[in-house]
Amino acid sequence: MSESSVIQVSNLKRVYGKTVAVDNVSFEVKKGEIFGFLGPNGAGKTTTIRMLTGVILPDPDEGEVKILGIDIKEDPISVKKIMGVVPELCNVYVDLSSWDNMILTGKIYGVKRKEREEKAEELLKKFGLWERREEKTRKFSKGMKQRLILAMSLIHEPKILFLDEPTSGLDVQSARMIRKIIEELRLKGKTIFLTTHNIEEANLLCDRIAIINKGKIVAIDSPEKLKSTFKRMQSVEVAFDRMPEDIKWCRSIPYVNECKELGDKFRVYTKDPDSLIKKLVNFAEKNNLKFISLNTLGPSLEDVFVALTEKVEAKYHE
Amino acid sequence: MSKLYTKRTFLYTLKTSLVITEKNVRIYYLKAPIIIFGILFPVFFFLAFALGRKVIPFILTSGLIAMTLFFTSSSVGPLITPWERNAKTYERLLASPVSLSSILLGDMLAGAIFGVIISSIPLTIGILFFNAKFFHPLFLVGNIVLSSFCFSSLGVLLASLATEAPSQVMMLSSLVRFPLIFISGIFIPLDKFPFWGKVIAFMSPLTYTVDAMKYSLYDLKSYPVLINLWALLFFSFVFFSIALKMHRKNLIKVL
Ligand SMILES: Nc1ncnc2c1ncn2[C@@H]1O[C@H](COP(=O)(O)OP(=O)(O)O)[C@@H](O)[C@H]1O
Ligand SMILES: [Mg+2]
Repeated sequence: MSESSVIQVSNLKRVYGKTVAVDNVSFEVKKGEIFGFLGPNGAGKTTTIRMLTGVILPDPDEGEVKILGIDIKEDPISVKKIMGVVPELCNVYVDLSSWDNMILTGKIYGVKRKEREEKAEELLKKFGLWERREEKTRKFSKGMKQRLILAMSLIHEPKILFLDEPTSGLDVQSARMIRKIIEELRLKGKTIFLTTHNIEEANLLCDRIAIINKGKIVAIDSPEKLKSTFKRMQSVEVAFDRMPEDIKWCRSIPYVNECKELGDKFRVYTKDPDSLIKKLVNFAEKNNLKFISLNTLGPSLEDVFVALTEKVEAKYHE
Repeated sequence: MSKLYTKRTFLYTLKTSLVITEKNVRIYYLKAPIIIFGILFPVFFFLAFALGRKVIPFILTSGLIAMTLFFTSSSVGPLITPWERNAKTYERLLASPVSLSSILLGDMLAGAIFGVIISSIPLTIGILFFNAKFFHPLFLVGNIVLSSFCFSSLGVLLASLATEAPSQVMMLSSLVRFPLIFISGIFIPLDKFPFWGKVIAFMSPLTYTVDAMKYSLYDLKSYPVLINLWALLFFSFVFFSIALKMHRKNLIKVL
């Protein structure tokens, strides 16, 4: 274990009936990092976060979760005290005011009276909810409720924050505010684990991203490194007026990593789109082909994501 | 695990369960419809039974106090978990540093407190109008407290149904609770029961509440009275243990 490792997960596994929701997942999160879990719906993000936060305690054969070196199975209460959690689908107590929701959460986390009252005031002010603190939260908008939930998760000054899709389904403004707060929290040295299916969000916020698909982690790295590793995922999409005679025409052209036929188009993957296009022009002239279209596609995180998740898909279909 | 650690865990469980109790009382019990139901229920039953026909006071009072305790202590408890699941507040609770035992203990205590408070209404009516007297006050307190624990534990057990639809739990709850009224010697004294009837009656915790109530308020006893309190304690323990097991088992199914 490295010194700065705050979350350590080894061989985490969870099976529901025939679904392998989490499949042998291992990773570490370092102190002060924003670590993102990026994956499509049903990838196993929520199940993983539930196992990390002690909502589901892993059985002995379901792997190990250590938070600040403490095995969560050994001492779930102590571990839960140092983390703040915002589950995916969750709500405040709508019959209570935002102030009472804050105070109740403070009591549940064992925060002393004076501290919880000070902290509640500070957080409600910071999250723009102070003016309406006495109102029952039933009439609050989704964005206001989500801000309150985030505020509640911070009342005991957790060292680690777990956020399951914190901005999904929110209006642009609330989502932006929550992202800003997440960044501020990182500056204060908090470690943040968040899940999202929003690639742009992961790209903007996270220091490192784990891409998860069908319960398996398919890549872990910083957004920039993920993109550069997948430089060869750059591609050129080309359509000719007719099909080249040789169906394996791509093989004769340098710089091609891979070629896919997509209807009347070809997608040609390359590290070097510029040289490839020059070669393609040559090839077209030599074979009397006319270009209908020619597009270069840069490596976005989305490409990486799709590439990785499709690769797994392909394996499944074999 | 050292002894000290176990003791601290126990105290922590108790302390956090009081926070949960407070939450339940504020959010689920201090509601106009719940309080009105609690107050009207015993009054209505007294009127219905007292006006209708010639009644024997000790049967009426003991039976109705027992019934009030039974219905009020177990009324809201079955709904708390499904309500929290439905309102999406349950998972946050599970992620907080509060064990499942604390949560369920808090649900149990809130129901018991409600039952104890409301039972003072039929008790007062019994004393004012139906010759009930404090023959054995300590025994009465023990009976009321243990009965309310027992019935609210039953409520917590009913709440373990793997559903987030409160209506389903409501149905189960009626299905389980109403038949108990007829087999617990409330309307017909136990000694008028046939043998098999008595056997069934002894399997209902309500039977012991009724009998202990007759002893406390009218100094009547049909068998050694302490058995009643032991039986109530036993049933509380059994209901709560099964509740804890069932909740743990069904927890993940409907998150
Ligand atoms: N409590 C449960 N019971 C049965 N299957 C479940 C349960 N929770 C999740 N699953 C299944 O596990 C898989 C992963 O789900 P989840 O962790 O919620 O994914 P994500 O959060 O990435 O959308 C899905 O196929 C889902 O249907
Ligand atoms: Mg999810």
